[in-house]
Amino acid sequence: MAPLTIAIVGFGFSFGVLARAAGFGWPAAVAMSATTFAGSAQFAAASILGDGGTVVAAIGAALLLNARYGPIGVTVAPWLTGSTLSRFLHAQLTVDESWAIAAEGDGRYDPKKIVGAGLLLYVCWVAGTAVGAIGGESLGDPQTLGLDAAFPALFLGLLVPIAKGRRRVQAALLGAAIALVLTPIAPAGVPIIAASAACLLGVRR
Amino acid sequence: MNEVWSVVLIVGAGTMAIKGVGPVLLGGRPLPRGLTSVIDLLAPALLGALVAVQTFGEGEELVIDERVVGVGVAALLLWAKAPLLVVVVAAAATTALARAVL
Repeated sequence: MAPLTIAIVGFGFSFGVLARAAGFGWPAAVAMSATTFAGSAQFAAASILGDGGTVVAAIGAALLLNARYGPIGVTVAPWLTGSTLSRFLHAQLTVDESWAIAAEGDGRYDPKKIVGAGLLLYVCWVAGTAVGAIGGESLGDPQTLGLDAAFPALFLGLLVPIAKGRRRVQAALLGAAIALVLTPIAPAGVPIIAASAACLLGVRR
Repeated sequence: MNEVWSVVLIVGAGTMAIKGVGPVLLGGRPLPRGLTSVIDLLAPALLGALVAVQTFGEGEELVIDERVVGVGVAALLLWAKAPLLVVVVAAAATTALARAVL
């Protein structure tokens, strides 16, 4: 867990810094980490707004990125046996990392690990964001620091571990192609949302 | 600022709803197999698009600039299984360096 918590604090810190660069005030950056608690969607929303994309495009891309939490929630549902409120709160702590840690193989999940790992990750994520958003300002101009390249590097780093299997690699490449073709002709943010059509590769089987 | 807050609040509420819907409503029934395989491909498709647009997009134009250096370094480091934080910092640093030198 220790290397993971350090990584999450650092990752939260970079969200704080990049959100500020994209025009977020620090309370907005912290509020987003506290409610959304999902890295890729938060970075996507911030980068689309920072690029001058519309609110609808930023929301659409972020929620599409988080659509995976629908099926992930379904996989843990059988092992969450408390009240409705308890199940809802457990679900909020079920993020990629805590989900992976709680998996016991053969489709079983340990709810105690979801809460333990999830809470620890949550605190690291929100605290890291706060430090980055409040203190990161003193870093200077994001462009000279190369922070605009930190975004694509981060997305690549998030993509590599999940791009396992031929179809997922195809979806990633097709998504990239759709977005690049549409960039010169569609408003900012729209190419990203249109790229989600690449998931229709999953239909033919 | 209003734009930022609408995104923060709507994405926050939407994400909480997406995370909660399975455990609260479905009671463990799995999604239809066809739908699962489509949703499984959403994240790779969107992340691929984000990498491409954030590397080559400049407003509504496609350009090749110093970011390509940083993202290339990131790809090499990822291939060498470096931690994500190292990858991101190295990408920013090499891009900044390329900007200062070129």
